[in-house]
Amino acid sequence: MKDIQIPVGFIPLVDAAPLIVAQEMGFAAEERLSLELRRAPSWSSIRDMLRYGRVDAAHMLSPVPVAGALGLGGAGAPLCALSVLSVNGHTIGVSADLAERIRDQGHDFGFDDARAAGQALIAAAGGPLRVGVPFPFSMHAELVYYWLSSLGMAVQRDVTIHTVPPPLMADAMRSGEIDAFCVGEPWGSQAVETGVATLLLPGAAIWAFAPEKVLAARTDWAETETDLVGRLIRAVWRAGAWLARPESRTLAAEILSRPAYLDLPADLLERALSGRLVISGRGEERSVARFLEFHHGAANFPWRSQAEWIGTRMALRHGLDPVQAGRAARAVFRSDLYRAALARVSPALPGASSKVEGSLERDTHVASQSGKLILCRDTFFDGRFFEPASD
Amino acid sequence: MSSRVSIVVVEPDRDKALQIVDSLRQAGDFDLHVIAEPTGLARQVKMHNPDVVLIDIENPSRDMLEELALASGPLERPVAMFVDRSEEGLSRAAIEAGVSAYVVDGMRPQRIKPILDAAIARFRMFQRMRTELAETKRALEERKVIDRAKGMLMKARGIDEDAAYALLRKTAMDQGRRVADVAQALVTAAGLLG
Repeated sequence: MKDIQIPVGFIPLVDAAPLIVAQEMGFAAEERLSLELRRAPSWSSIRDMLRYGRVDAAHMLSPVPVAGALGLGGAGAPLCALSVLSVNGHTIGVSADLAERIRDQGHDFGFDDARAAGQALIAAAGGPLRVGVPFPFSMHAELVYYWLSSLGMAVQRDVTIHTVPPPLMADAMRSGEIDAFCVGEPWGSQAVETGVATLLLPGAAIWAFAPEKVLAARTDWAETETDLVGRLIRAVWRAGAWLARPESRTLAAEILSRPAYLDLPADLLERALSGRLVISGRGEERSVARFLEFHHGAANFPWRSQAEWIGTRMALRHGLDPVQAGRAARAVFRSDLYRAALARVSPALPGASSKVEGSLERDTHVASQSGKLILCRDTFFDGRFFEPASD
Repeated sequence: MSSRVSIVVVEPDRDKALQIVDSLRQAGDFDLHVIAEPTGLARQVKMHNPDVVLIDIENPSRDMLEELALASGPLERPVAMFVDRSEEGLSRAAIEAGVSAYVVDGMRPQRIKPILDAAIARFRMFQRMRTELAETKRALEERKVIDRAKGMLMKARGIDEDAAYALLRKTAMDQGRRVADVAQALVTAAGLLG
């Protein structure tokens, strides 16, 4: 029997690792799959490649399939999320000039307190703020809006979100187009390396368990090719488990650094994988627990409540009905397909497909279909909860 | 308001931009602008207030245009990716040719079609050139490796060039591999053995 080839799109970012590792470390081959990895130049192009059938699955920003379900951003076949590839992994950085003013506010760049950092940022900016994010439909944009509005900033008036492709983020900051950014690794670290930015916070300080990238597919393909989809979900899930082991980091960084993938120095990539980040040109280092999570705490489970949170937040900003949007959003995170794929493999699948987002103040044992399941801390920095609609 | 359709072409390569402009000129009477600099792309496009924006799919700055698709103020014209408003076949052809287009919401499909047809034809040509260039480079690389492998065989076995090539070809056939791959394996192995 020959391996079945699946064309899969990815964007050169550290969190594309589960797809790259699934292919390189043989997890795809174990499922008799061969992932034909195609690097895409931008999020809009990878979305369109998937929608128009140039690839069958893709590394995707978690809000993109949700935006599609809400009728935002382009057309083509509807998309869904088969699993969550990664949780967290963002950095928020500020320009050198703004960093100085934040230090003048007495902030210590402790890298763990979103409230203190945000208040110092707002005071230091003293007015409107221009923030670069990779895409209008991104967890980056959602986190920035959530964070600054919760701290009392009039985001509609005073925050301008600029879309800047990650590799150009440092340039945009250098040329004065943006004052701050929220971006995935390695681009935050890269901006520190080139001396234009100081990192203020990891995304995890705003929402401790934010679903960042998903394994996306066309809904009709996912519902037709159920066997292939199951094999793909399992291969990528095993790659995530491998990546979560500390001893895999060095090799993972080496694989990712290859020219066909990220084509960047391995030591730069290792920062995100280890959660040890250099935050400023002065060489200050900060360690972040669960900076980028590929596996633990049911990280790969596509919670319907996560999609609903994203959909509701987007709806409020775009003048759509939040209840309807929440319902449409839930349907695109396919916890049903995920369960079917992992029923016999994963020792612990959650009993429910929705949870109150932000309610776990510490890692917690919860009910599962079988065996032990620990869910990780998932609080929002302001202590609010998000209660999903009941199933 | 002028009835001429205004088009912005985002293309940093001057020669390519000129070629696109030429083909669009032949397709109709349009008001054309070229933007070469990605800095503040969304702002630059807004300033021109075009009916259609054309951009290479390979251009990483394309994401900057996505925010135009979200009309944030009442005075801003909503921009939709053309695929919203045109026939399915046309969108697919464009994506395969490597061009993406953003079209102002409400523009009539019969006015969009000639523009896209012209753009698609031109972009197809670029894509072919891109593939040809990559193929030529690869062929040159392979030629170099095969030459080195031939040289090694000639020296090691005391045979002439034709015999060395025949040996490479036979090995490739026996193993069901490409000559270039066999040559590469030989060169790599020789490198390891020092």
